[in-house]
This record gives sequence, C-alpha cells and structure tokens, in this order.
Amino acid sequence: MNNIYDNEMKIEFLSKSSNEAFARIAVAAFVAQLDPTLEEIADIKTSVSEAVTNSIIHGYEGQIGIVKLFCKIAENEVFIEISDTGKGIENIEMAKQPLYTTKANLERSGMGFTIMESFMDEVEVESTLGIGTKITMSKRIKTNNKEENFAVTAVRREE
Amino acid sequence: MESIYNKMDKQLVFKIDEDIDECCAQKIRRRLDNEIERYMPKETIFDFSNVTFMDSAGIGLLIGRYKLINMLGGKVKIANINTPVRKIFEMSGILKIMPEVRDKKKEVRYE
Repeated sequence: MNNIYDNEMKIEFLSKSSNEAFARIAVAAFVAQLDPTLEEIADIKTSVSEAVTNSIIHGYEGQIGIVKLFCKIAENEVFIEISDTGKGIENIEMAKQPLYTTKANLERSGMGFTIMESFMDEVEVESTLGIGTKITMSKRIKTNNKEENFAVTAVRREE
Repeated sequence: MESIYNKMDKQLVFKIDEDIDECCAQKIRRRLDNEIERYMPKETIFDFSNVTFMDSAGIGLLIGRYKLINMLGGKVKIANINTPVRKIFEMSGILKIMPEVRDKKKEVRYE
C-alpha cells in the first residue's frame, strides 16, 4: 500500500514572470493526488511562487534562462526542487534573513525565504556563484481522511 | 481591477481581482499609484474579496502603496481577506500598519 502514491514529474520553462502562475498551478495540480487541504495547497503554491520568482528576478535578472522544476511524491510527502543556472547567491544566510533584499528598488519585500521556511517543513538552498541555485523543499501532507479514500478507491477498483 | 472613489468621505476603494505575484504586481502598482495621486484620498481601502493568491510580491506592493499614501497624509485599510491569503497577511505583520476593516457595510461605501 505504501507505494500507491509514489510519483514524479519534471517541467522546464523560460524565466518569464508569466510562468510563475503556471509553475505553482502545475505543482498544485500534481500534489492534488495526495488530497491536501486548501491551506496545504496554498502553502505549497506560495512557496513555489517565491522560489520561481527568485530564479527569475535574482538568478537570471531579467535575462532569459531555464528554470527547472522537479516534483516527487513519496507516501504522503511532497518534494519540490527548483533550480536555475543563473548568477547564484553570494551569501545564503543573509538572503534568508527576513526583510533582506538586494532589490528594494523593485519593491521586493525580502520575505521570500521566510515564507518558504514557514510554509514548508524543510527548505534547503544550494548555490554557487556563476553556476546557479537549487532550492529543495518538502512538505508532509496530513493524512486525515486517507483511510476513507483508500476504501473508496478499493471499491472502485473492484467494480 | 475596479476602483471606486467616494468624494464625500474622500475614500478610495480598490477591488483587486487577480492573483498577486511578481508578474502582475508591476501592472497593478502603476494603476494604483495613478489613482492615488489623482484623488489624494483620506482613506484607501484594498478590497481582497477576489484575491485567492498572493505571495511576497503582494507584501512589497502593499508596503510600497502604504508609504505613498502615508506621505500624502492618508490611511490604508484592508477588507475581505480570503483564507488562503490570510496567512501571508498575518506572518508579514501588514495588518499592524494597515488594519482590517471589520464592519464592511459601515466603513466601505460602494457608490
């Protein structure tokens, strides 16, 4: 039973800000198979939006590059990896500080990493200057009504 | 987005009706600044009833407008925050400087 939901998906798209909505909606649709609550979906969508925006605004700084999005589901946990080959982060600790932003002129709030860290269970940042940045985050979806769902699925299969 | 100006109360209401992310924040910003500078309202209310998604770009957008309105001597309030975006409002502390409108009928006048 533990492998029923195991699944993966991968998307690559150009670093255009019009793709932010596409990325978060695609992830939300993929995660839907775990039957998350509306709040869990909102948390995931917001975190994906932050990571993708970072790649577009900071990683590529308006240049056209490729943002890679990889999602994996293992049991009731979702893993999301968002990476770019942009300029990289000089000081990750500093970048994670609430309200810290290098783009205050664009009215960036400096809350991106703070949001990811409080909305997801785990967030990891790997970055090398001139090579790019990879953000890995995970969230466990609570399994309140899962028993019931399994039962329904089993009945449907038998039919 | 819809904007309603009430001359009597010098109240400007913005009814935002799209997701707020980096992509559309710039577009919304231009429109808001235009109207704010045109009316110089005493009170500005951002109505979020049709906003179901907002990320940190929305925080930046609101704080930026707050600064402008504050400079012009006005006050800012937020109305009708939906559940999915409430968390962002709460964690960012925005509601401490831009209070939430509780009794909409009393405070927001759509005319």
